[in-house]
Amino acid sequence: MNFDKDARYLESHEWAKKDGELVACGVSDYAQDSLGDIVFVELPELGSSFNKGDAFGVVESVKAASDVYMPISGEIVEINGDLEDSPETVNSDPFGAGWLIKVKPSNPDELEALLSADDYKRFTDGLDS
Amino acid sequence: MRKERPKLLFEISRPGRRAVRLPENEVPETEIPAGLRRKKLTLPELSELDVVRYFTRLSQLNFSIDTNFYPLGSCTMKYNPKLNEATSSLEGFSGHHPLTPMKFSQGSLELIYRLQAQLSEISGFAQASLQPAAGAQGELTGVLMIRAYHTHRGDTKRRKMLIPDSAHGTNPATVTMAGYEVVEIPSDTEGNVDLQALKAACDDTVAGLMITNPNTLGLFERRIEEVTKAVHDCGGLVYGDGANMNAILGILRPGDVGIDVMHFNLHKTFSTPHGGGGPGAGPVATNEKLVEFLPGPIVEESADGFRFHMPKHTIGRMKAFHGSFGMLVRAFTYILSNGGSGLRELSEIAVLNANYLKHKVSEVFPAKYNRTCMHEFVSVGKLSDRVHTMDVAKRLLDYGMHAPTVYFPLIVKEALMIEPTESESVETLDEFAAVLLKVAKEAEETPELLEQAPHEMPLRRLDEVYAAKNLVLRAQDLAEVEL
Repeated sequence: MNFDKDARYLESHEWAKKDGELVACGVSDYAQDSLGDIVFVELPELGSSFNKGDAFGVVESVKAASDVYMPISGEIVEINGDLEDSPETVNSDPFGAGWLIKVKPSNPDELEALLSADDYKRFTDGLDS
Repeated sequence: MRKERPKLLFEISRPGRRAVRLPENEVPETEIPAGLRRKKLTLPELSELDVVRYFTRLSQLNFSIDTNFYPLGSCTMKYNPKLNEATSSLEGFSGHHPLTPMKFSQGSLELIYRLQAQLSEISGFAQASLQPAAGAQGELTGVLMIRAYHTHRGDTKRRKMLIPDSAHGTNPATVTMAGYEVVEIPSDTEGNVDLQALKAACDDTVAGLMITNPNTLGLFERRIEEVTKAVHDCGGLVYGDGANMNAILGILRPGDVGIDVMHFNLHKTFSTPHGGGGPGAGPVATNEKLVEFLPGPIVEESADGFRFHMPKHTIGRMKAFHGSFGMLVRAFTYILSNGGSGLRELSEIAVLNANYLKHKVSEVFPAKYNRTCMHEFVSVGKLSDRVHTMDVAKRLLDYGMHAPTVYFPLIVKEALMIEPTESESVETLDEFAAVLLKVAKEAEETPELLEQAPHEMPLRRLDEVYAAKNLVLRAQDLAEVEL
């Protein structure tokens, strides 16, 4: 199980990472492993805005369909269009090519308030016990 | 012996073969205008014997409670007594047109009236409406009634519905469909609603709570009265999802512990067919607070006999005519043939059977929450890094047993959810436990046997990912798929 040190996390298993002025977001390795084979990803409209904690999309696997939540408030400026044809990238590379959205943050400080990789790892350890 | 997949009708079709010869046309033929004519129509051409053999083979492949054990958790796959079929096919019921004037429909109206009263008595409510056609429609009915109640009082700021994280997926879907916002309430370490989190979420924007008791973990909500009180104290109402009613008949009446409105799955608790059969039926019962919001028509008794009636502030109809009437006859038969003490006894046996099985398999498949369970229990089906719940489920098929529910509820990783129902004998339970333990042994010695299961079914392991991504909805596209 990987925990990208550069990313910050939500307890609902999304990650957020600085990408220049933007913040890239996706779901964690733990999330993709729990969901199983991902068959469909629904992403928001470009230009739409969400608050931290809002559901911005859906990740669907053969087991379940799950909402994914904004780690940070802001405007959606990029979406990962490749996932339409190959949603399995979220399984194979959740922290890299499997990113979901890039956000122009309205309050960049929110990023620091998220869980660090170590704290998130401890949190997931607790879930499996 | 491995069962063979019968060839599809399209595969055995031969040009010109036919089962019926249509009589000569007695009226002049009119040509369909060329622009409206279909260029190509793929229909199989077959002899009568081809068709008879095809469907007879399919019926032999059918899996049902009449042929095999069916411990599909959360679905209450109990036996559907044949007596139900005898009563519902009585011509007075089966041949009765729903538009027949009320004075010629007194028998059917009385049945609806008495079933409304029976369900109200069983659940501790003032009135029931038999309109909703299924459990999920019953949920929507109840939440629409709650919304109508608040709106009627001019209380329009209530936008949220609280739902425990163990709930069936239909609950949040219902809430969204009713125009409310879902707020998820976590479970505590015992598998019950986290009371503190619930209380923190209760305020004057809360329309209500949807709760299933026993919950989907097969556990009784021990503090149900504190839960319902917390919601009532903030002005909300409580919806009871009756999906697990089979565990509490004659033991607990939801109306007595603060539930305001609930549905029944007649096709689960009251033995009407489902799982490829059906149709379902999801009557809703409620207390005095909501009785005037029930969907109608409901049947009342008057000096002139039984008649239809619309409640004063009704949310309207949920279905054409009078619910799934044939199912109402079956459920009525089931309630009468068991009687009050019989219904209690069947819930007791359903709970006993589940606990017996839970105990027998616990060493290998430990229950997630080690408490006395109700009518079902949730174990962890993962046996090793190689052998997952899905592999165990698929291997069970080779032993002629329906797989339990898997990967639900979502809050238990690798969930294996087992509900034996009261219909099964101790011998069947012993056999199932023995098979489960045998499968666990196979997982240790020959894991590939499980990874590749099933071996004896007409089709081997299906590629679920491929199926979800490449929908084949028409027979003519079948050629593109390797079966």
